[in-house]
Amino acid sequence: MNKLIRFLPLIVFIVLGVVLYRGLSLNPQDLPSALVGKPMPVFNLPALKNPERDLTEQALKGHISLVNVWGTWCPSCRYEHPYLVDLAKSDRFKLYGINWKDDRDLAKEWLVKLGDPYQFSIFDEFGKLAIDLGVYAAPETFVVDKHGIIRMRFAGPIDANVWREKFEPVIQQLEQEG
Amino acid sequence: MNTKLVAKNFGLSSLLLTFLLSISISMTFSVDASPVDTYQFDNEVLKTRYQALVKELRCPKCQNQNLADSNSQIAIDLRREVYNMLHEGKADKEIVDFMVARYGDFVLYRPKLSKVTYVLWFAPAVLFLLGIIIVIVMVRKRAGNANKAELSADENQRLAAILEQVNDETVQQSVPATQVSPEINKELNKGSE
Repeated sequence: MNKLIRFLPLIVFIVLGVVLYRGLSLNPQDLPSALVGKPMPVFNLPALKNPERDLTEQALKGHISLVNVWGTWCPSCRYEHPYLVDLAKSDRFKLYGINWKDDRDLAKEWLVKLGDPYQFSIFDEFGKLAIDLGVYAAPETFVVDKHGIIRMRFAGPIDANVWREKFEPVIQQLEQEG
Repeated sequence: MNTKLVAKNFGLSSLLLTFLLSISISMTFSVDASPVDTYQFDNEVLKTRYQALVKELRCPKCQNQNLADSNSQIAIDLRREVYNMLHEGKADKEIVDFMVARYGDFVLYRPKLSKVTYVLWFAPAVLFLLGIIIVIVMVRKRAGNANKAELSADENQRLAAILEQVNDETVQQSVPATQVSPEINKELNKGSE
C-alpha cells in the first residue's frame, strides 16, 4: 500500500502525459456536426443563375447528393473548385452548391470563368440556410442520402486525398444501401 | 544638487503619470474593443438578455471567443440571428437550443450536464474530496506515530545523565530553574510529559 502511494505521482504523471500527448495531435477545428443523421433543413431560396426559380430541399431527394457551400470571397473554394468540376463528371451522385453570402454577379462570373460543377446553386444571400446547416466557414460539403438525410459533413477544401479517405467510403456505403 | 533632485523627482513623477494615463486610456479603449453592432433594442431587458446570450455562446469559427468578442462573418450572422429571435419573442432556452441543434454542444461555454460531461462537472469536487480524505488519513497516521514514539535505551541513558547533572547543579549552587540553559529545560520538559 505504502509502495503504491509512493508511485502514485509517477502513475498520475504518466497517465496525464499520455492524455495530453494525444491531445496534441487532435484537430480542435474538427467539430462533430450536430446535423449528421438529421434531414436536410427546410429551405426555399432562389437559384443563383435564375432568381425566378425557387429551390427547396425536395430537389435533393431520390439520389445521393453532395451539397457544397461556397463563395467567391473564399480562397479555399477557389482551391477546391477544379476538383469539384472533376467530381461533377461522375454519375454516382449529384453536386449542388450553396452560394453563401455572395454577390450574385461575381458568383455567376466565377462559374462562367472556372466552370460550373453544380446542378444548381442555391443563392443564400443572408446565410440563413448556412446557419441552419451549422456551417461556420466555407468551403463545407455535406453528403445527403436519397431520403434527404445528411450523412456526413466535411469542413475544408476537398482534394483527391480527402476524397479518397473521407468521402469515398461514405459514398460506397450509401451505394450499398441502394 | 537640490535642483537636480527636484528635476529627477519631477522626471519620475511625470513618468509615473504617463504610465497611469496610458493604462487608463488603454483600459477605456479595451472596453470598446469588442465589435459593436448598431442594434436598437425595444427595451433594456432585451438588451441585457442579448448581451448575456452572446457572451454565453461560443463562436464556432474562432474557437476561443464568444459571439460577442468575435468579428468573424459567422459570429456577425449568429449575433443577428440572436437579435432577431429575441425580437420574435423567443425564450433564451429556445435560442440556445436553436444554436445547439445546428452547431452542437460545442457552442455552449457552459457545457450541459450529460453522460459525456459528468467527468467535467464532478471531477473537481471528487478530486477535492479525495484530497481532503488523503490529508485527514495522513494527519491521523502521523499523530498516531508521534504518540507511539518511545525513547531508545541510548536516549534514556542520556536523559538520566542530564537529569542527574541538573539535580546536582540545583542542589550545589541552588540555581533557579529559569537559569538552566534552554536546551536542558527543553529536555526536562520532554521528560516530564
